[in-house]
Amino acid sequence: MPIKRGVSLYSFQNETFQGKLSLEDCIRTCAEMGARGIEVIGEQTFWGWPEQAVDPAEIANWHSLIAKYDCVPVSHDFMLDYKRYKGREMPFEEQVASVRNDIDFGARLGVKYLRALVSIAPEVLVAAAPYAEEKGIKILIEVHAPLHFDHPWIIRHAECFEKSGSDALGFLPDMGMFVHAFPPVWKEKFMRAGVPQHIADYIEKAYEDRVLSEYVILNVQQMGGVGPAIPMAETLRHNAAFEPKRMLDYMPRIHNIHGKFYEMTSDSNGSYVEPSIPYEEIVSVLKQGGYNGYICSEYEGNRWIEDAMEPDSVEQVRRQQVMLAQLLGEPAPQLRAAA
Amino acid sequence: MMDNKMIVEGSLEASDKGFAFYGRLPYYRGLGLSMIEDIQITVDGDVIPRADVRFHVRGKTYSLDEMETVYDDRWNFGEKAKIIAMKPGGLPAGDHRIEFAVRMRVSYLPFVPTTKDTKVLALAA
Repeated sequence: MPIKRGVSLYSFQNETFQGKLSLEDCIRTCAEMGARGIEVIGEQTFWGWPEQAVDPAEIANWHSLIAKYDCVPVSHDFMLDYKRYKGREMPFEEQVASVRNDIDFGARLGVKYLRALVSIAPEVLVAAAPYAEEKGIKILIEVHAPLHFDHPWIIRHAECFEKSGSDALGFLPDMGMFVHAFPPVWKEKFMRAGVPQHIADYIEKAYEDRVLSEYVILNVQQMGGVGPAIPMAETLRHNAAFEPKRMLDYMPRIHNIHGKFYEMTSDSNGSYVEPSIPYEEIVSVLKQGGYNGYICSEYEGNRWIEDAMEPDSVEQVRRQQVMLAQLLGEPAPQLRAAA
Repeated sequence: MMDNKMIVEGSLEASDKGFAFYGRLPYYRGLGLSMIEDIQITVDGDVIPRADVRFHVRGKTYSLDEMETVYDDRWNFGEKAKIIAMKPGGLPAGDHRIEFAVRMRVSYLPFVPTTKDTKVLALAA
């Protein structure tokens, strides 16, 4: 079974926040790109959740839109606000109950997967696993930079998952952990904030040379870097060019992929590329590992350009979908007439 | 994120009790009210005391201290909440420089972010 294309509606946040795109607009747009898998952050798409119940009419509308545009609900990304109470962490049993609540919500949406944030303790997920199994849902921890598949925290999750014996627990790698070049939109934003050209160039080159973040931060300070130059250097603490092949050890538990991207540009042949994330290599590794789930576009360039221009999330996602279709050996997505 | 979209353009209003504008949470999702740690309003350089700030959404009005223990209501994604400053005498007509800063407790972040927007809003005579 081939790898399938999808979109996380996170990608359209700039437009949905302002009410410029409705849920129907989002789903229709994805369908038109041939990206039939739809991922949502439940509480972004459905107002009220999880503090308040969601009107059954809203859920019915979701299912009718999914059917109308011939799409597939892929994942409900839940948050689990374990810092809900000021000054004390949510007790363990309450965290587990909260995850069960989101499993119920995911089941109402008809998804097979739930995205768990990477900071959630593995014991909470293990405790919720039997209920997920009952509902036919898998809980996937999002492996997201600065964490990666060789980090002890992720290894601990993997060990807990194995020990549990449950196949309802797994991983959702975010491709932002494979940033192999300093994203141009990051550099441009830091320069707009006042980072001098020579310091911005140095940080970009140091990233390319894989210099340890702490050395880069010190060097920037010694170059006279102040203000936004320091946070620009500190991005190297939270981002690194980890290797896509590290996913191979975990393939049996990888069931969804966040196709994170910051910007899609055209290369000299007119093809669309993500200048900072090696998608050709990523897709090759996923094929080698026999992956057959979705790659869901996750556009995160919005926050890097919004101070200078209004993001065009739909065009950015379209370009990434064209790139993914090409890498997956599909014909270029044609705009499909709305049903 | 969404920093420059926090204050809703053209939303400033005033009465003899104070003034208000519409504000949005600078985030890609909503947040339960107990996780809104602070809302700071500054008007023409003067900070409104925390005790004089009110948050109004879908028919309910909360003080910031009350919000800290509200577990059944939210500031939804993109939702325009009425941000109220109790200020006897209100504001004179004309342009006012409004600063609006929100500090939120986000479970997965290793810091507590404060995000701020500043806009000049006109108050009709």
